[in-house]
Amino acid sequence: MPGPDKRCTEDEVVAELESGMTIGIGGWGSRRKPMSLIRAILRSDLKDLTIVAYGGPDIGLLCRSGQAAKVITGFVSLDSIPLEANYGVARQNGTVEAEEWDEGMLLLGLTAAGWRVPFLPCRAGLGSDIPKLMPNILTVRSPYPTVVGDVEENEELIAVPALELDVALVHQNVSDSSGNAAWLGEDPYMDDLFVRAAKKAYVSCERIVATDELASVADVTHLRIARMDVTGVIHAPNGAHFTECQPDYGRDEAFQKRYAATAKSDEAWVEFRDEFLDLDEAGYQAKVKELQA
Amino acid sequence: MTTDLTRADICAVAIADAFRGDGERLCNPIGNLPLIGGRLAVATFEPHMMLTDGFYTLMDPTGPDDVPPINLPEPERIAQRTVAHWNPYREMFSLLFHGRRHVMMGATQVDRYGNQNIAAIGDWLKPRRQLLGFRGAPGNTINHTTSYWVPNHSPRVFVEAVDVVCGIGYDRAAELGPVASRFHEIRRVVSNLGVFDFEATDSNGIPTMRLRSVHPGVSVDEILEATGCDVVVPDQVPESRLPTPDELETIHRLDPKGLRFYEVPAS
Repeated sequence: MPGPDKRCTEDEVVAELESGMTIGIGGWGSRRKPMSLIRAILRSDLKDLTIVAYGGPDIGLLCRSGQAAKVITGFVSLDSIPLEANYGVARQNGTVEAEEWDEGMLLLGLTAAGWRVPFLPCRAGLGSDIPKLMPNILTVRSPYPTVVGDVEENEELIAVPALELDVALVHQNVSDSSGNAAWLGEDPYMDDLFVRAAKKAYVSCERIVATDELASVADVTHLRIARMDVTGVIHAPNGAHFTECQPDYGRDEAFQKRYAATAKSDEAWVEFRDEFLDLDEAGYQAKVKELQA
Repeated sequence: MTTDLTRADICAVAIADAFRGDGERLCNPIGNLPLIGGRLAVATFEPHMMLTDGFYTLMDPTGPDDVPPINLPEPERIAQRTVAHWNPYREMFSLLFHGRRHVMMGATQVDRYGNQNIAAIGDWLKPRRQLLGFRGAPGNTINHTTSYWVPNHSPRVFVEAVDVVCGIGYDRAAELGPVASRFHEIRRVVSNLGVFDFEATDSNGIPTMRLRSVHPGVSVDEILEATGCDVVVPDQVPESRLPTPDELETIHRLDPKGLRFYEVPAS
């Protein structure tokens, strides 16, 4: 039977969010970020957010706007511009609290939350400054002995804590109206894991199709997100702009450069915000079209 | 020596040599010169290593000429790769936890034990300069062979102690003990001036950085002056080897636009 109709707008999603929440954001660096949802958060008065992401301009923007109080990341990068300057400035000024994990640890933390276990063990992080600098990262001793040559030891491993999210925001290429969704590029990133790690998950997408069309527009192996785990579906064509959303569109490098320059001065930020952020999504998309014409 | 042989070509060959003997595992260099060197190794003496396409697949070139040039525009990158395996990021972490991988990363700072920093300069809590974050460095170094590439050898890069330990060195591995550190290996640090390995030990028996070779035109004194940490210098330090004519031809084919010269200038 068809699932319930969960279509909604970005602003309706933001109305469900509260200050102080922990929000996971899908995508990777400056790739397939749910930017129309980020823009809606930027228009809101939400604050004190904790953001969990393989970070790109999502984290940069929410640091620049002052809405992110804390971030948990493996990196923050714009890909073609290696360092995210707005995040860098926030770190250097001490205006955002950070937990910078190993990238593989982040995968395990999301998986642990999705599996409803308090942690998952791994070797990544041992011996590095992560457990020294981030006091909430603890270790666990294996109950099983490891034998290496003539040494037998109950190994100590990093216990990656479950990254329990209040909300996950992800962007997919295609979805039905109840949240069965698929990516069409070459990498799912961790989007489905963010969805399962969260109490509520919102999927924005390029296209909404009927459920019986899904398997013809996407290979079955790409149907990674099931409606059972999805709270709302947002039709957001070009919604990942200016990040890339393969195969629908590449990154808007010129626009990204313009965004990156907002780290240089408050004037530059205010100008960018006035021009591109203090307007609704339709207005933003119209501006972008104008620029690309 | 051919007339157009450059320091960048010497570096490419030294990087390739870091992968020598690796056999059937993933050759995973990051950055332009590492990519040139890694692909050079696969196109010549390490044909059984797998290569990444830089994104989501592993490539198995059909022969040396099918090892693609670096930095191709997107349509050509897709057209020129011979895909052998789907390798999205989650699978890359699975692969590296499993360990059949040799990565060459950059290092903003590196010390005599091979500790590497790419996260931040200064106090990590409120850094003087925020860098990339820890990325995959902790997981890489504890799980499989890692090497580093330094295009700008200076006392600010080769330091007494790194500000943040991202990739773990031999002293940190020794603290963890032989079981926890059994997959740890820092193979080489290749710079624009020379090559270092860890085939020496300090007074506690911990592997420590040793000058393995100096690039032609660089003196041992010059390299030590540019190095801010103690390194072991053998009585005889050989010169880094020159590319063979075949290797030089391959380097030119892999980097037709000369991106290597942005990292190591030709003159």
